[in-house]
Amino acid sequence: MLQFILRRTLIMIPQIILVSIIVFLLAKAMPGDALTGAFQGNPDVSQEQIQKIREKLGLNDPWYQQYGRWLGNAVQGDFGQSYVHKQPVTHLLAGKVENTLLLSFFTLVVTYIIAIPLGIISGRWTDTWADKIIVTYNYFAFATPVFVFALLMMYLFSFVLGWLPYGSSVDIKLEEGTWDYFVSRAKHLVLPVLSGALIATYSTIQYLRNDIIDQKLKDYVKTARAKGVPEGKVYIRHILRNSLLPIAAFLGMEITLMITGSIFIESIFSYPGLGFLFIQSISTRDYSVVTALVLISSTAVIIGTMLSDIILSIVDPRIRIE
Amino acid sequence: MKDTVIVDEKQLIAKEKANNPSLLRTIWREITHDKMALGSLIILIIILLSAYLSPLYIDQEAQHRVNFLNVWKAPSAEHWLGTDDGGRDVFGQLMLGTRNSFTIGFMVTLIAGLLGLTYGLIAGFYGGKIDNIMMRILDFLMVLPSTMFIIVFVVIVPNYTVVTFVLIMSAFAWFGKARLIRSRALQERELDYINASRTLGTPSLKIMFFEMFPNLSSLVIVNMTLTLAGNIGVETGLTFLGFGLPSGTPSLGTLISFARTPDIVQNKWWVWLPAALLILVMMLCINYIGQAVKRASDARQRLA
Repeated sequence: MLQFILRRTLIMIPQIILVSIIVFLLAKAMPGDALTGAFQGNPDVSQEQIQKIREKLGLNDPWYQQYGRWLGNAVQGDFGQSYVHKQPVTHLLAGKVENTLLLSFFTLVVTYIIAIPLGIISGRWTDTWADKIIVTYNYFAFATPVFVFALLMMYLFSFVLGWLPYGSSVDIKLEEGTWDYFVSRAKHLVLPVLSGALIATYSTIQYLRNDIIDQKLKDYVKTARAKGVPEGKVYIRHILRNSLLPIAAFLGMEITLMITGSIFIESIFSYPGLGFLFIQSISTRDYSVVTALVLISSTAVIIGTMLSDIILSIVDPRIRIE
Repeated sequence: MKDTVIVDEKQLIAKEKANNPSLLRTIWREITHDKMALGSLIILIIILLSAYLSPLYIDQEAQHRVNFLNVWKAPSAEHWLGTDDGGRDVFGQLMLGTRNSFTIGFMVTLIAGLLGLTYGLIAGFYGGKIDNIMMRILDFLMVLPSTMFIIVFVVIVPNYTVVTFVLIMSAFAWFGKARLIRSRALQERELDYINASRTLGTPSLKIMFFEMFPNLSSLVIVNMTLTLAGNIGVETGLTFLGFGLPSGTPSLGTLISFARTPDIVQNKWWVWLPAALLILVMMLCINYIGQAVKRASDARQRLA
């Protein structure tokens, strides 16, 4: 077990290094560098002086030296300056991380609150009308692109019905810390969370339904029934114990999906998180922010995948091969 | 006496053929037996025909002409779905967008299918060390947040055109296919016909593409139908964000991207809502057909 965890963690290190090299090279391929914009339109600074500063900052060094320095800084949380916002990138990100974490967390929780009961119902009572409705719903969830769904949700609930606010994460007129502020914040979360969660249920429902149908026919379930265990208990004590565990392991994959989904959902609802910041930064060619975001997201996904592999190997020892 | 034996043999072969219809036949039978799939197929054909044949009944020139006297007109008999910010007919744009989106989704599926097939076949056929290395690379590629990377590539590529966009998208769309084909190829390579062919000295490439591939083709077709919808979704999504098709080539995403200000979302719904609903309908149809194709390829799941 320990050996597996160790090996899995070791695989992650070259992955992260490789990702950082790719991101660095992409950053180099983006037009402009740390000095672009800094002296733009300033007649007092001549081309020669800029060259001198470039030399001093090491921008003329070979790429691997620059890479080493860049990585060193990034590890310490220094991603340089944002040209557009004129402040350190780290500072800029810090203000948005909380919003994205909040959104992702609630989306994930709501997804499971919807998906787990539906999956169980669908698997336990196969081919009933409830199962058919759930399968149809799940089919829609699978087929619908997230941005189309989010837009339709916004149109329906914010514009046609006028129930919920759209845009931003809170009403700006309210003061932080008050009850109204809290309510407004929660209201602003409802639509983005639901838009993400309602169609993210697909894989969980599908997995649970298939797995329960499989488990139902296994010998240990037959034995339990033969011993006279009541049907409800057969599910709770026997089947679900086996079926639910791997869901914990899919968490890493769900997190990956959240990161992709957040780009669409945050930009549609103008929700001030990392995904929206990414789109804004790349539109305004604010490349230091873009680089930082791509690096952080990739690393997060790599770590997420590793964690889910490890969790899966704990709950299901058959995975621990090699 | 001899004659009758030959006739019998022919009859046997004919009987065998009737019992083992081609994949296309099975798919057709499966679709006609599933009302939803059949309905989806009919709807999809109607949408695609009206989109691809639109040059016959829509004046293409008028689609690019800006007419400021006609801006943001609500739907009417003349403009079925009203007009956009440049006074252009939304219905015409919708047809043009459907054509572009579907063509691009199809191209990406095809190229990605080819990439995935080659990669998966090589890894699965050779197995062992080569497979191990290729799979580690694939594992790495699969964890990358692809939407972010596609957007970054779209922005930094010089001379950005539709072709580059298709290539960038394809470059991030083949990972799942490669893995799927590799796992089947690994099973296949243990079978006698491959071993026999190898012993006879057939070149590896020939075995892979002319002997192994035909046996995996149903898998490839199923996977491609299922990912087609997804690829159309990714393209329209990226275009919606402004990082998809270049501005000269309208897609369904271009129309939806009008929905950026509250005023347009609420009061000029005819510009973006039809495109959003059309994407939804197309996705559902393609997926339904895909499910039928999937069932057709697996005898245990067939309805027909």
